[in-house]
Amino acid sequence: MKSVLYILSALAVVALAIWAYRENYRTQQALVEASRLQGEIGAMHETLARLNAEWAYLNRPDRLRDLTSLGFERLGLLPLRPEQFGQIEQVAYPDPEFPQHDPKAEELQ
Amino acid sequence: MIRTPLRPLARILAARDRGESPAAIERENQRLRQEQQRDRARQRAEGRLLVLGVFFFSAFALVGLRMGALATSEPSEPRAAAPGAQIVAQRADIVDRKGRVLATNLATHSLYAQPRLMVDKLRAAQELARIFPDLEAEKLQALFTGDRTFIWLKKRISPEQMQRVHDIGEPGLLFGPREMRFYPNGKLAAHVLGGYSFGRESVHAAEVIGVAGVERAFDDFLRDPGNGAAPLRLSLDLTVQATVEQVLAGGMTLMNAKGAAAVLMDAKSGEVLSMVSLPAFDPNDRPAPLTTGDAGDSPLFNRAVQGVYELGSTFKIFAAAQALDLGLVAPSTMIETKGPLVWGRYKIRDFHDYGRELSMTDVIVKSSNIGTARVALQIGAARQKAFLKQLGFLDPTPVEMVEAPGAQPLYPANWSEISTMTISYGHGLSASPLHLAAAYASVVNGGTRVRPTLLAAPPAQPGERIVSAGTSARIRSMLREVVTRGTASFGEVPGYAVGGKTGTADKPRPGGGYYKDKVIATFASVFPAHDPKYVLIVTLDEPEETSGPRPRRTAGWTAVPVATEIIRRAAPLLGLRPEIEPAPGFGVTEVSN
Repeated sequence: MKSVLYILSALAVVALAIWAYRENYRTQQALVEASRLQGEIGAMHETLARLNAEWAYLNRPDRLRDLTSLGFERLGLLPLRPEQFGQIEQVAYPDPEFPQHDPKAEELQ
Repeated sequence: MIRTPLRPLARILAARDRGESPAAIERENQRLRQEQQRDRARQRAEGRLLVLGVFFFSAFALVGLRMGALATSEPSEPRAAAPGAQIVAQRADIVDRKGRVLATNLATHSLYAQPRLMVDKLRAAQELARIFPDLEAEKLQALFTGDRTFIWLKKRISPEQMQRVHDIGEPGLLFGPREMRFYPNGKLAAHVLGGYSFGRESVHAAEVIGVAGVERAFDDFLRDPGNGAAPLRLSLDLTVQATVEQVLAGGMTLMNAKGAAAVLMDAKSGEVLSMVSLPAFDPNDRPAPLTTGDAGDSPLFNRAVQGVYELGSTFKIFAAAQALDLGLVAPSTMIETKGPLVWGRYKIRDFHDYGRELSMTDVIVKSSNIGTARVALQIGAARQKAFLKQLGFLDPTPVEMVEAPGAQPLYPANWSEISTMTISYGHGLSASPLHLAAAYASVVNGGTRVRPTLLAAPPAQPGERIVSAGTSARIRSMLREVVTRGTASFGEVPGYAVGGKTGTADKPRPGGGYYKDKVIATFASVFPAHDPKYVLIVTLDEPEETSGPRPRRTAGWTAVPVATEIIRRAAPLLGLRPEIEPAPGFGVTEVSN
């Protein structure tokens, strides 16, 4: 009886040791992965900041103004004027669509 | 274990035979047994001491090794730390009220040299001078061959320049990472933003610090890593700012002015939607301050905040508002305007002769100095001073810019009766256009104090009461009449019911007295006059309108057309629908009982 207990506990120790060994390596792997991801996030933040800055630079009012005058023939963009405000009543809505008569559908029924 | 008996029978019998005492044998055996026991106990104790000694030795060795390891190794961040509150070591962005970027950071590199590591110093100097035109090959060569071991060459370089320096292939030319501040909109809102420079510098990093404007005023907030990259949101509106800047620059050229300023403010909250001072500068490449001449001529000078000018007839509305509020006059009260008004050795004249008398409304509409001075005399110096103090004219503006506290308005130390009279029409007290904007907003918005602010989501308004709501409505209808039939007749924008007051002040000479042909033309306007939402101040420095036979300098010919165009362009951008204004007098009867 005693020897069975000894063998069992020895096996348990071996099993625990294997488990601890593997956990240790998995933890280290996760740490490496986490630090890699954090580096990646940092790099992406930097890229994002740069893209935002570029976006703001490309959308600066000076440039947009030049672009509208360059593309005036095609786009005809002008500054917003007070006359361009309209009333909601001035908007023409399309007629509501009525269901079309479909002879084929009737035949199927 | 077999125990040896104390009295072994064989030995006792043998001893008895020999006639010896058996007790001696027993004692002998007892002694031996005790000695054995003592030896065992000693052995065990020694073993225990050894174990304890080994244990202590290991413990001390462990502590010692750990200390040694900690002392000799490089410190590293704990990698498994949970990502809690975000800590960002960057300077925070500045955005406009709709979140569009006004200032952000870019990662660049700085360039430095370590001559000891250099291989071909002559070639490096020549190549560098080719890449950077502002560096000279001879000077670089002298630096590289001198005693210095470390030389800063450039504080920030572009990626293209960095690549070209790389291509030289010189091991003694090194790069350090740098954060730089970037203002994507160039000159736009330059005076509000201010600029930046580098603080403490090392090879690996440099502090970015604000040097002017909101960059300096909010330096602590922008640098605080605990903000978690929350941007600083200003009350400015980028598109409106761009429009105002464009129209004002055009107007400044047309009117041959040497400078111009405009402030567009929310009449209720005091949020500054646009603040322009021309000429402007590029904050990405902030010019050095002038070392000679007048600081006011530098593009760095913010005319809207730092420029304190006598703002002329725009001040008349304050005398009118106070007199109405005190019940001294009503809009229809007739006021004597026969000129000139002689007071001691001073004479007050009007631009034209307006006859014997005018109603209070017409004094404002026609802008009579004499009429306003008479009203101011009724008010008296003490009450006028208190009123102007309430409006904020005697203190620097509380706007969140580092330049603001320095712009102390100028007013006479001895507020005499003649001062009272001249100040009532805007001479003798110098204030900035921003002061004027805040005061106009306070008077027209229903009569509560407005403090200018550059932050979106400002502190709770309304402030303390300045004038009654009824007075405010009467003042608004007076301002409206100035535009419909008075000095600001070019100010009409259909649908926006502009009300306003012109002001043309002669510029003071540095030595004393006034120039005859140099003026500051100001138009202070509010729109829509029946329901004031925005206040716009336009100031032109030394304008001259030359389309007529004689140059015209009055604000009605110079500042008003510019302001009109600004309102026409900016109001739709602010989302203001053109409206048919209520019939005249409608608002006044509504609140007068």
